[in-house]
Formats: sequence, C-alpha cells, structure tokens
Amino acid sequence: MHDISLWPLLGIAVVMLGFLFKFNPVLVVTVAAFATGMAVKMPIHTWLESLGTAFLKTRNLPLILLLPLAVIGLLERHGLREKAQSWIQQIKAATAGRLLLVYLALRESTAAAGLTSLGGHPQMVRPLLSPMAEAAFEQQHQSLPDKIKYKIRAMSAATDNIGLFFGEDIFVAFGAIILMHTFLRESGIETDPLHIALWGIPTAIAAFLIHGSRLLRFDAYLARQLKTELKQQEQRHD
Amino acid sequence: MISMTVLYYVAALLFFAVAFFSFNDKRYSSALFWFSYGLIFLLGDFMPPALVGALVVLMALVAGFGGVRGGSYQLLDLQQRLDSVKCLGNKLFIPALMIPVLTVFSALVLVHIQGEGWSLLDPNNATLSALGLAACCAVLAALYLTKEKPQQALQESSRLIEAIGWAFLLPQLLATLGLLFNQAGVGETVSQLTTLYLNLNHPLLAVTCYAIGMALFTVIMGNAFAAFPVITAGIGIPLLVLQHGGDPAIMAAIGMFCGYCGTLLTPMAANFNIVPAALLELPDKNAVIKAQAPTALVLLGVNIVLMYLLMF
Repeated sequence: MHDISLWPLLGIAVVMLGFLFKFNPVLVVTVAAFATGMAVKMPIHTWLESLGTAFLKTRNLPLILLLPLAVIGLLERHGLREKAQSWIQQIKAATAGRLLLVYLALRESTAAAGLTSLGGHPQMVRPLLSPMAEAAFEQQHQSLPDKIKYKIRAMSAATDNIGLFFGEDIFVAFGAIILMHTFLRESGIETDPLHIALWGIPTAIAAFLIHGSRLLRFDAYLARQLKTELKQQEQRHD
Repeated sequence: MISMTVLYYVAALLFFAVAFFSFNDKRYSSALFWFSYGLIFLLGDFMPPALVGALVVLMALVAGFGGVRGGSYQLLDLQQRLDSVKCLGNKLFIPALMIPVLTVFSALVLVHIQGEGWSLLDPNNATLSALGLAACCAVLAALYLTKEKPQQALQESSRLIEAIGWAFLLPQLLATLGLLFNQAGVGETVSQLTTLYLNLNHPLLAVTCYAIGMALFTVIMGNAFAAFPVITAGIGIPLLVLQHGGDPAIMAAIGMFCGYCGTLLTPMAANFNIVPAALLELPDKNAVIKAQAPTALVLLGVNIVLMYLLMF
C-alpha cells in the first residue's frame, strides 16, 4: 500500500512555493516543469522535446488575446475610450455597479446561448466596459483616484470571467459538456449531455444572484473607499 | 483558407513587429524575447521539437529575470484624441463591435462556405478562425475610418502587446506544464492518494470532499478540465456514484462548476486572471483574483448544498 511514488508531485510543490514567495510566475512554471522532468528521471533531451512539442500544440492559446489588439490599439489612439466614456455619461442613471450588473446579465445569457466571443478582456473589457464604468463613477462623484480606478477595472475583468464561466457551461455544445460526457462513458457510466447541461442551470442562477448582489453593493462600497481615500489625501496635505 | 497556419503567420508578424520596435528602442533582451516568440510561430512546424523547447527555456529565462520591459510609444495627446472623437463620433464603435459580431456571424454562417478540399474557415477551429477573419475585417475598417497607415496598426498592437509583457507567455507555459504533469503521472498519483486516505461514509462529507477537491486541484493545475478526470475518477465515481448512488449527470455538472470556482481563485489560470490584470495595467497582478474571491467562495458553498440536495 505504501509504494505510491510521490515524486511526480514535486512540480506541484515548486508551483505552490513559487507563488507563495511571489517569484516571477514565468520562472516558477519553468522551474516546476524542470523539476517534474527530473523527478521522473526524464533525460534532458527528452524533456526539451516534450516541452517543445507541448508548446507547439498550445500555440492557439495566445491568438484569442493577440488578434483583436491591432484594432483596439488603433481605435484607442483615436479616442475610443473617451467616446465610450462620454456616451455612458449621457445616461444619468448609470453607475459603475449597475453597468456591470447589466453586463453580467448580457454576458452570462449570451454565453449560455453559445455566443462566448461576444465579450472578452481584449475586445470588450479594456476598450469599452472598464472605461464606461470608470466614467460613470467619475460622473457621479466628480473624482476618480487611482485606487478606485483599479478596483473598478479589476471588478470589470472579474465580471466578464464570471458571466462567461457560469454561462457557457449550460450550452450543450460547449467543450466541457462533451468532455464530461466522454469521460463518464469511458468510466462505464452513460449520461445524457442535455441532462448535464440542464443540471448546470441552478448553479448558473446562483452565480448570477451572488455576483449580482455584490455588484449592487459595489457602488456603496466604492463610495466608502472614496471617502477614506479623500480623507487620507487631506491628512497628507496637512 | 483561414487555417491555423495562416493565423500563426499573422501572430509571427505581430511578434516580429514588437521585436522590431523594441530593437529600435535599444531594449535588446525584449527584442530577443519577441523575436524568439515570432520564430516559434513562423517556423515551429519545421524545427526539431527539442530546439523549440530550448527556445522556450531561453524566453522563460529572459522573461523570468525581468528582461522583458515595456516600451514607450508615441500617443496622440488628449486634445487630439478629443478632436478625433468629435470628427468620428459613434462611427468609432463600429470596428470595435465588428470583432464580436463578425466572429459570431462567421462561426455560425460563413463556416459553411466550403468546396472540394477547401473551406473558408477551419472547421476544427471555427471560433479562432472566425475571430481571425473578424479581426482582419475590423483592422481594415479601422484603418479606413482613421485614415492611418497599416504600419500604425502594427505599432498599436505592439504597444498593447508590450503593455501585457511577459504575462503573454504564461498561459501557454502553464498549458505546457499541464501536459508535462500528465506525462509524469501527476493525476494518477493524486487519485491513488485520495482513494487510499479518504474513507467517506456520509454522503454530505463525500460531496464536500469532491467539491473542495475539484476546486483545490483546479487551483493547483489552473484548469478545471485537467482536474475533472482526476478528481471524478478518484472521489466522484467510487464514492458519490457507486457507494452512495448519486446521479452522475448532476455530479458532473455541478462538479465542473466547483472547478470553475477554483479557476477564479488561482494565478495558475493566467489567461483569465493574470493576463487581464496586465492588460488593464493594474499594479497588483492579483487584483482580479481578489475581486473574484468572495463570489467564488460563496458559490462553492452553494454548490456543495445544491449537489447534496439534488444528487440523492
């Protein structure tokens, strides 16, 4: 019973320690990959080979971030953010929290219909969503310290993630559903993919309610943060 | 037509542009990094895999020791931007919205354009090739609208790529690590350990262990898809389905969501958490994770309750 080799887990230990001590993540991951290879006594040439093969296989990953950047950059150069901001400031009822709530509803429901590429960090959050949320706050409070700006940006990115994750998984043709179905079948358990998708709905609703209620309180939270921030600034001036 | 190879060549072009601008800026280590990245995209298929591996190590070392530094790019000043907004108005939104709308349209409709032995989009990678097509159309529209030269598009994409910096490499490096973990048998070891040490007789305890196991292993691997087979084979099927007679479809559906809660919490899921922090120019690289943590933790609790109530 005690002949389980723990050596393959060495890489995991490296990753956890590396992130704990806040080394550069790229370095941590490389060292972890090296440690994993050494722990299972992989020759260095084989290790380089599997590293290279895996890297070539995953070249599709950066594309989704890379391809929209030229357009976004050009439009930013010509004031897309400023335009987005002045547009949202015409809507008097808009606040950062309410705007993000509307985005969460749209993002989650379109992802549930399989339209996952309607949002995303490079094409939606950076050029449109976060500038609008920042402008809505500035319109309301006539001030936008960096600390608040960063909180709004982080929450915009978080809202996009949460809407995407918990929406896409109830779309039946989504990869995750196929993966679960195939894996269970290989383990000798027959399920209906539609069934798996449907049983995702309660969690999808819960995710919307939980994050949505946080967004509803986000405006009040930001207002409190602004107050302490301004107070600190005053004290610094005294 | 728009195959993955074409998209890789486009990516190579964009990376070479960054290398060019950083070389001109006398930031030679950055130039080396982006040039190597471009080389892998352009010639990767023709290089021996070990050479690609060596290039990856080189890039990781340059990036890991702070060799990839952001550049300074000439922006229009605020007044010029506001003038341009006044002149272009709502038309500015058109190219930006073209990306998502055209991507969806192409992936649903244009993907069917095909003849003998060729197709407009790559049917195996419909979304990515649709995104590629949409981005190309949107660049043309943006160039037409702003009356800029094509070089300016390369310069703008380089500006944003350099703002993201080394974080660009991280998602791919983590996926590579995941594949290496698989080769080394990390999954088997974990599932052996869980079956050896966990003896869970109460269904609520078993459900809790499965849910937290999914979340934790996703935190470690950075990917719920990698955690699902391991934890489901180790805890889910033997305990929840076989021993306690739970419904496997419900276990899978909610179990995967527990993994997603883990994804929201981990720097290992770099493309969702670390890259956006870099893209939005946040000083704290963990700011997005911190914003997500309360939602993820409450939802994990809700998932445990839902699974317990619905499964049995």
